[in-house]
Amino acid sequence: MAEAHDRPPEKFTLRMRRYDPESGNAPYWDEHTVELEPHRSVLEAVLQAKDRFDGSIGIRCSCRQAICGSCGIRVNGEPALACHTHLDAAKAGARDGVIEIEPMGNMPVLKDLIVDMDAVHWKKIQRVTPWLLAKQPVPEREYIVSKDSMVDVTQTMACIQCGACVSDCLAMEVDPGFIGPAALAKAYRFVGDPRDDEPFERLNDLAQDPQGLFDCTHCFKCVQACPKDVNPMGQIMRLRRIATADHKIVDQNNGARHEAAFASLIENNGILWEAELIPRSYGGNSWFGKFAPAAGKELVASIPTAIRGLLRGKMTIPKILKPHKIPSQDLKAVRSIYERIESRPERYELNLYIAGEDEAPAAVAAGVASEAAGNQADPATEGSAQ
Amino acid sequence: MKVAYWPGCVSRGFTPELHGSMAKVAPLLDIELVELDRACCTGAGVIAEHNQELADTLNARTFALAQQVEGAAMMMNICSTCQGAQSECQERLDANSEYRAHVNSTLAGEGLSYDLDPARPLTNKNFLWLLVEEIGLDALRAKVRRPLTNLKVGPFYGCYIVRPRERLGIDAEHPRDHYLEQVIDALGGTVIEYAGMRKCCGFPIITMNKEASLKQAGRHLGDAVDADADCLVTPCPLCHLNLDLQQPVAAGVVGRELNMPVLHLPQLVGLALGLEPKDLGLARHIVRPTSVIDWSVSVVASAAA
Repeated sequence: MAEAHDRPPEKFTLRMRRYDPESGNAPYWDEHTVELEPHRSVLEAVLQAKDRFDGSIGIRCSCRQAICGSCGIRVNGEPALACHTHLDAAKAGARDGVIEIEPMGNMPVLKDLIVDMDAVHWKKIQRVTPWLLAKQPVPEREYIVSKDSMVDVTQTMACIQCGACVSDCLAMEVDPGFIGPAALAKAYRFVGDPRDDEPFERLNDLAQDPQGLFDCTHCFKCVQACPKDVNPMGQIMRLRRIATADHKIVDQNNGARHEAAFASLIENNGILWEAELIPRSYGGNSWFGKFAPAAGKELVASIPTAIRGLLRGKMTIPKILKPHKIPSQDLKAVRSIYERIESRPERYELNLYIAGEDEAPAAVAAGVASEAAGNQADPATEGSAQ
Repeated sequence: MKVAYWPGCVSRGFTPELHGSMAKVAPLLDIELVELDRACCTGAGVIAEHNQELADTLNARTFALAQQVEGAAMMMNICSTCQGAQSECQERLDANSEYRAHVNSTLAGEGLSYDLDPARPLTNKNFLWLLVEEIGLDALRAKVRRPLTNLKVGPFYGCYIVRPRERLGIDAEHPRDHYLEQVIDALGGTVIEYAGMRKCCGFPIITMNKEASLKQAGRHLGDAVDADADCLVTPCPLCHLNLDLQQPVAAGVVGRELNMPVLHLPQLVGLALGLEPKDLGLARHIVRPTSVIDWSVSVVASAAA
């Protein structure tokens, strides 16, 4: 790193998306070339452009050390904290050598790189009752909880409210009312807190909301976007598990039924039986699910799709009526895995955030893997083995 | 090369043309497929959502079966979602020996074990990664008998194979999130970039919020239409369900005509290697590529095809 800091200033060109809604003019692109050491941040570059060339450039910032969460923007189309992105890395990731800088997505632009966090992000955070509803009676001194359970919630407490995950959420892109990754991660912070008194009410509220817990489209965008490793989607999946398995919440959005149907179709057949998944997700997790009114309605609506599939030979009547199964010996083994794991009094869940990783086990495996593939210096195998 | 081949569920269910076309293409690329027909579904993220240990154990069982395939260089899948779901489980299993031992104790009943044993390492690659990293683009280019000249192809990756980058081994040296473009180019086609190429098809929420689900599919297909693509190509059969099987409904949801054919990756490769559209199951698609693309014009024969 010392070497990077020794490098002399270089020229970096920024292509910035500019917009002032109050002007009545359309957004436009603006280019400025700044001169800074390559290890300096994109934020410093924007501020230099503002200082030297155009004082009207709008950007929000404060701490300049990735703690306050004010300077969330998009760099080359990807979400980032401006203060936490080095210029050399940004330039390397640029399509044509020019660093592209835009405001975050999914939120209205107030000016240039400043978006309205109040209108979207903070409204959604407020929606999840973001404070502790203390278990009664409140102890005279402190609550005593296990260390692991507190380490667990610190992952969501690491959120700096920068909005990067909200900016990139693909469910919110088509369904702006979706509560979104930041708020759901915040919800886990309290559902996962052993001192909280109302996890059921919190979960039931989010599960029954059509734009709540089960509206997440599982795209990993928030996991990738988060500069603080909060893993919002991972928290959403845990909220779902706790809602359905621990609190037996059956939501009106088919979330719990879909999960139950999927799990039992694999238990019964080893591989998925698509034709049966849909009626069960709507009507209930049994063969009779298809006769429930909600399933009937969906099945009728699906008739044109089914007919098209049948006409093309994509689907066949036997495939719709009968599942494809793995060999019976193997199915037996799969069922006994289910039986053993699902009968545990408590779910056994490895949380790498708490447990950490063994010392470089993946590197050992990967090194050997690439050797076996006859390509010793191939870090790709390392990646896939991680 | 010999691979332990995990075809997934949907490629044997509602997208049979995917499994079929992979079987046809493999010999042309000297890939020997040893099918893991004893393995079960990866859980597609849903079983992990239901019970993480269950998903990890079921996938560890598949990994153990793959390790038993004599002479296999690695495990191969043809589904972005399988790749992502398996990579997630493998990440946990490989990271923690205590957990691995715990999971293996469940598999012991069947006499199976997933090990980081140096003699039996497990590398699991989607066909797309295997094409670029093991076969190589130059070798692929040399095998092309019918270049996809003038065919404008838009890539559609599927979320599970591009995020999170670290888990999936994507870095500057291995730009796996750009491999589809590289393959299209090697096959002689023209890459069409469009807004939705690395976004979500919406399939995971089709039973929870159908409108939001199909809005995603419809929007990306519409973006591809606007970018003037002739067709899309995807390594994910679940994306294919939303992008092709549901396309007429998605068109209704977004209120525009789409009519965008979506090819499975082995189909696109097969066409360039000289196989016939019909043999690759192209007639089985809802939006028939055969009727939209005039193969005799767009796919120009070069060698003695």
